[in-house]
Amino acid sequence: MHIVVCIKQVPDSAQIRVHPVTNTIMRQGVPAIVNPYDLFALEEALRLKDEYGARVTVLTMGPPMAEAALRKAISYGADDAVLVTDRAFAGSDTLATSCALASAITQIHKDMPIDLVFTGKQTIDGDTAQVGPGIAKRLNMQLLTYVTKVRSVDLEKHEVVVERRSEGGVQLLNTSTPSLITVLEGTNEMRFATMANMFRASRYPVKVWNREQAGIEDVTTVGLKGSPTVVSKVFAPTPRAVKAEIIQCESNDPKDLSVTLLAKVFAKYPKLEKEISKHA
Amino acid sequence: MSEAPEVKKPVGKKRIELDDRLKAYKGIWVFIEHERGKIHPVSLELLGEGRKLADNLGVELAGVVMGVPNDTTRSFCNEAFFHGADLCYLMEDELLTDYRNEPFTKGLTDLVNKYQPEIMLLGATTLGRDLAGSVATTLKTGLTADCTELNVDVEARSLLATRPTFGGSLLCTIQTLNYRPQMATVRPRVMPMPDKDSSRTGRIIEDKLGMFEKDIITKVLEFIPDAMQDKPQLPFADIIVSGGRGMKKPENFKLIWDLAEVLGAEVGATRPVVQAGWVDLERQVGQSGKTVRPKLYIAVGISGAIQHRVGMDASDVIIAINSDPNAPIFDFAHYGIVGNAMTILPALTEAFKAHLATARKAG
Repeated sequence: MHIVVCIKQVPDSAQIRVHPVTNTIMRQGVPAIVNPYDLFALEEALRLKDEYGARVTVLTMGPPMAEAALRKAISYGADDAVLVTDRAFAGSDTLATSCALASAITQIHKDMPIDLVFTGKQTIDGDTAQVGPGIAKRLNMQLLTYVTKVRSVDLEKHEVVVERRSEGGVQLLNTSTPSLITVLEGTNEMRFATMANMFRASRYPVKVWNREQAGIEDVTTVGLKGSPTVVSKVFAPTPRAVKAEIIQCESNDPKDLSVTLLAKVFAKYPKLEKEISKHA
Repeated sequence: MSEAPEVKKPVGKKRIELDDRLKAYKGIWVFIEHERGKIHPVSLELLGEGRKLADNLGVELAGVVMGVPNDTTRSFCNEAFFHGADLCYLMEDELLTDYRNEPFTKGLTDLVNKYQPEIMLLGATTLGRDLAGSVATTLKTGLTADCTELNVDVEARSLLATRPTFGGSLLCTIQTLNYRPQMATVRPRVMPMPDKDSSRTGRIIEDKLGMFEKDIITKVLEFIPDAMQDKPQLPFADIIVSGGRGMKKPENFKLIWDLAEVLGAEVGATRPVVQAGWVDLERQVGQSGKTVRPKLYIAVGISGAIQHRVGMDASDVIIAINSDPNAPIFDFAHYGIVGNAMTILPALTEAFKAHLATARKAG
């Protein structure tokens, strides 16, 4: 079995700060990490490798520094890693990104036929959840989103059974391979990197492909030219005209503060008092 | 953002030249999501928003209803009319029983190609995101996920879709260039529920799916519905008490639960707290969690990052408790207490308890 796991290197959003005056992102010193949602996809692939035997190839598109994310994945147990990087990809939206990744997957497939493609649910920097479905549609693969468990893989019949989270419950789905699975967070817990794999990761020659090597002939399908959407404005939300009324009292005692707060709130919002009485 | 959108007029606009064939795309569509006989509320919220956009552009608002052939499916068209739709595209087929990507993608893509809407909105649910991503790629058009505000540039007939960006630290407005339809998903509870007008009617345009079960590779073996009691219903809760990193330790979250119990409230949390495993994922409020619109939201130890703010600033009354007087939460909360949450929370819980007891005696 051959599994491709698509991952992305993202800035650790918990550590992103916005400059209070210029409203620009202060990128300096923000560590780059593997998109946390992708780790669930990688672990699920590694579990299938443990159970059925598989080759796991990790794939990412990004700047040259994204190689670090691939090495991280190798240290967890992935076998191969491909970095697709080219200036032509700059400014790609989700449609253009799915085009580049789908093309790279086709190239990987030529080397060794692919049975499953895994992605995370979404990234923490874009939060779109659109690239997974995009890749599946471009490759004409069956799409299984928000999967919480891969129940079984039948390699002879080319079938896979998964549990998929839907709005009001869980769907148990059977489909044929090759298919693309986006994995929901919390599905599993990432294993620890072994010493052997860490050594391997440090020496592993990551395959670096430019646009042509990734099989993309038409420049207009990727980067800004291949992106139907454009960001026309980035801004901070307008603050409310009136800021919060800070409750103060002479004693500054928590009890007095609380009583003062409730008196003020219920004086202004008498309906709220009834509402709370109803619930309590 | 809930407050006064008219103040934010100067939206960065992009000059967009449309091909002639794309100028034929007219009207606004809302995909009507439903399951087990009920419309998902997000679809009705989108009809309310779609109505405004349609009026601005001077075009019709349509609902798209896809499901099994029966009276319930047809009744969704009426529901759509009651909530603002002028017409509905109805596709009935036995193959549309449970949601599966393949038949829904084909059906919706075919409808778009045939009837050519300029804007199409879907709920950012698991179904809506799965379907929107697939349809947008099939049509090779633009899709903006998780919008918190929608507007139109009437002159350019361009959808201005605003959403949080950079992990929720800023907002951005996204436009679709020379492509149609312009697609966007919006999460439940982000837009207000429109008033229902049962006197409204509309016309129904029916179409066929044109697929056979043997063409569909993915099969539903079983559906296991969620047990109702084990899922917190945050999006529709009237009162929410939420905690953030300022709670310092998972044990301290008990103070949040104590207050919630006295108020009959749901418990919410920020992303870092959920990621640290202190609280269940279902309780996460914010860009990557749930959007809520309660009558009262009490934010404890929450700094007020945009990521969190977009999920809760439509709350009627927001009370914030934070030790940092400069925390952004005080910029949009209604009331604030600056101080140590661990000492204030028990006092606040007692104060609510006493107040409610008095109110009960009086009333």
